Amino acid sequence: MIPALGLLIGLAAGILLHPAVPLALQPYLPIAVIAALDAVFGGVRAVLDGIFNDKVFVVSFLSNVVVAAFIVFLGDQLGVGSQLSTGVVVVLGIRIFSNVASIRRHLFRA
Amino acid sequence: MNQDQDNAHADEAPPPTPSALRRLSLSARPRTTKANLLAALLALLLGFAVATQVHQNQSAGLETLRQSDLLSILDNATNEASRLDQSARELQATRDQLVSGSSSGASAIKAAQQRLDALGILAGTARAHGPGIRMTITDPAGKVTFPMLLDAIQELRDAGAEAIQVNDVRIVASSHFGPRASGIEIDGKNVNPPYTITAIADPAPMASAMEIPGGLSENVRQLGATISISQEEDVTVGALHTLSAPRYARPVPASAPATP
Repeated sequence: MIPALGLLIGLAAGILLHPAVPLALQPYLPIAVIAALDAVFGGVRAVLDGIFNDKVFVVSFLSNVVVAAFIVFLGDQLGVGSQLSTGVVVVLGIRIFSNVASIRRHLFRA
Repeated sequence: MNQDQDNAHADEAPPPTPSALRRLSLSARPRTTKANLLAALLALLLGFAVATQVHQNQSAGLETLRQSDLLSILDNATNEASRLDQSARELQATRDQLVSGSSSGASAIKAAQQRLDALGILAGTARAHGPGIRMTITDPAGKVTFPMLLDAIQELRDAGAEAIQVNDVRIVASSHFGPRASGIEIDGKNVNPPYTITAIADPAPMASAMEIPGGLSENVRQLGATISISQEEDVTVGALHTLSAPRYARPVPASAPATP
């Protein structure tokens, strides 16, 4: 409940404030957002599976974000930033899809 | 995908919908543990980041793009620019063509109008005014004959008359003169004395042509008639000649070889 409220407040703040993304963060923010979404869906799935743990959620969220950003950073340093970004997005996308599929089965039995 | 299938198999054993919803509502209950607050903070950050990134992406300039993207954008822009340039040049050419076409059309109309005016004055279908003379021959005894008038017209033309009118008859190329019981006949119309002849051209030569010894004035006076000639700044030849289409004469095409 409180995290959901936080999400809404964050969205509202972002929409209202129009903050500019610092140049150094610009390549990493989209990937970090995708990774965080993956963590969020994973958390919801864990809730439905009955194995949700706040601490696990927080740690997985942060590690997802950091690792995704680090992979992109590494890719940029190696000169394969765009390819690696695509790879990360694909992997995270697959994970999000499988998490959503699991959530769907829990909720709708379909 | 592997995991997905695993889940599918796992789900088939217990149908967990009521418990799943219950778990969801249970976990949705506000709890103020430290980790929950931390999760809320993270969720807030995520929302903020999503909104920021979406906004950034929508208002993104070129600075966030990679080199290859920039290159392809530049390429597209260059192609587009050259295409538009080409199109602009074509449209410019069309515009120039139309402008010159309309101006040459206007000058053609002007030339045609001038030609129409000249031909109208020649053929007697247009009124004319300008400097000229006005002659009045009073002939109470009826002694003035049509050859004398014909001679007078001939003399006037010799003196440069461009438009001539006798009483209310316009004198044109096809005009013919004949006798009538009470006066004369021009182009089939009765013309009775006094004769008023109006001619447009330089007045002085025409007046002197009328006054020369052996000319019209002398002949008329010998017959006992009177003649008055006035040179005027602006006379009007207002009578019109009605054109009839030629029945027999046909124009020779301009391209046909000239017959000797």
